[in-house]
Amino acid sequence: MAVLELKAISKHFGAIEALSQVDFALEGGEIVGLMGDNGAGKSTLVKIMAGNFPPSNGQMLLDGRPVHFHRPVDARAAGIEVVYQDLALCNNLSAAANVFLAREKTRGFGPFRILDDRAMNERSRELFAELKSETLPAEKVRMMSGGQRQAVAIARTHLSRAKIVLMDEPTAAISVRQVAEVLDLLRRLREQGMAVVLISHRMPDVFGVADRIVVLRRGHKVADKPIGNSSPEEVTGLITGAIRAA
Amino acid sequence: MRARILLRQCLAAQPFWVTIAVLIICAAMSWLEPDSFPTRDNLFNITRNFAYIGIMALGMMAVIITGGIDLSVGSVMGLTGIICGLVLQAGYSWWLAVLAGLGAGALCGLVNGALVAYVGLPSFVVTLGMLAAARSFAVVLSENKMIYEFGPDGDIFTAIGGGEITGISNMVWLLLVLTLAFGFVFRFTRWGRHVYAVGGNEAAARLAGVAVNRIKLQAFMLCALTSAIAAIMVVGWQGSAINALGTGYELRVIASTVIGGANLMGGEGGAYAALIGATLIEVIRNSLLMAGIDSNWQGAFVGAFIVLAVLLERIRGRRAD
Repeated sequence: MAVLELKAISKHFGAIEALSQVDFALEGGEIVGLMGDNGAGKSTLVKIMAGNFPPSNGQMLLDGRPVHFHRPVDARAAGIEVVYQDLALCNNLSAAANVFLAREKTRGFGPFRILDDRAMNERSRELFAELKSETLPAEKVRMMSGGQRQAVAIARTHLSRAKIVLMDEPTAAISVRQVAEVLDLLRRLREQGMAVVLISHRMPDVFGVADRIVVLRRGHKVADKPIGNSSPEEVTGLITGAIRAA
Repeated sequence: MRARILLRQCLAAQPFWVTIAVLIICAAMSWLEPDSFPTRDNLFNITRNFAYIGIMALGMMAVIITGGIDLSVGSVMGLTGIICGLVLQAGYSWWLAVLAGLGAGALCGLVNGALVAYVGLPSFVVTLGMLAAARSFAVVLSENKMIYEFGPDGDIFTAIGGGEITGISNMVWLLLVLTLAFGFVFRFTRWGRHVYAVGGNEAAARLAGVAVNRIKLQAFMLCALTSAIAAIMVVGWQGSAINALGTGYELRVIASTVIGGANLMGGEGGAYAALIGATLIEVIRNSLLMAGIDSNWQGAFVGAFIVLAVLLERIRGRRAD
């Protein structure tokens, strides 16, 4: 059964129809590449899943049960985490402080509680080890490479035991060498049974890791098929409209 | 390994070098002016003169770490000082004067913080408005007169601000206690961590679930409260309240935080930085006086120091990137 299922989702902004009648399902342990040109509706779809705003029409099912997200917190509580394009990290804090931001571990009693940095560093070390990333928990994020930043952002999603991770252009802002590192991180999430949505413009990345590909064009879903049955040429055609649907 | 990292962080930190600078200046002055600089009276004066600036710098530090700025601290100090004076003059008890002062300060901070955090106005504009408004309230409330007849509880009030314990001014003790308290809060509490997070990347903090607006509001209230505390102490020490109290202090207070190592872009700074920044400015001012240089030069030095400190920060930041 699908972890997350979107049925006939539409979204209007005034007279503009950003999404119309889109069906989208996500299984545990798979990476779905979500592609489309600017304005095709990718970010609208992701924002609906992330709880930034509700759809105008359609239904969203989580583990088979209907859900309604009004705020991002609702989606997070349901096990859906977003890793943003600009990574949304605080450069002035340590890796561990970022992983635990707004859910810090504390010790003490009653209202007299102080930060438990030792425990947060320890847990972060474990999370980075799971991701096979060489990221030091106590190091400031400012000093880190793009790949390490990704590891910190992804470790955040691990901490909350998310079932679904939405990755918004994770390889857009980093060097070629680090892209491989990030794609490895995605594979590791899949091994652990998470469902990953990879929003990307980069064809090689999507064809490198995704199991399935979904293409949007002008708010309509024009393709949804296993990656093996498609090709970069076909996807390019679908994105630009040279191929109407596949 | 850990000790080496600690040493490296220490050497990279601005407060460390400012401390060295303070020690060097003090040593040089003690050698050059052995009869006037290292005397008990002079050290008492120096420490008391930076104590109230340091107290305000601690509150300012909270605002600056969140990425804001509070230009109204001097005027809020003037207003709260007048309110304390009026309450005492009316014959009420000292603790009511203290509470009224703190309450007025908190209210100013609430207005600043609410406009910045919830209405979304730039802190520069909001607190510039408060700078003018609070000073105007102070002048109106005082009817432009000095308040010095403090009523029956005046002695207790002046003893709080003007007294000393073991040869060190009460104000200095208060600064030390507050520095430890702020240092603890900044370093060891969730609130402190969130203050840094807001300054580091406000959008990220919000996405992570940090109550960004509330943190900002609280930082501004804390800042105004430290201005009120400084006012209570200074009015007590001087035995009178004038509506010009604190005029121009915003410059000295902001300079203290920046010289101590705060980043005006937010996200960097600490309690000790506020203390040592205030110390350096006063030690330099005192040294200039002793060297026979016109004290009106102080503004030029403070101004140059602010720009220099920010320039240094910029250069260091570029190297780190």
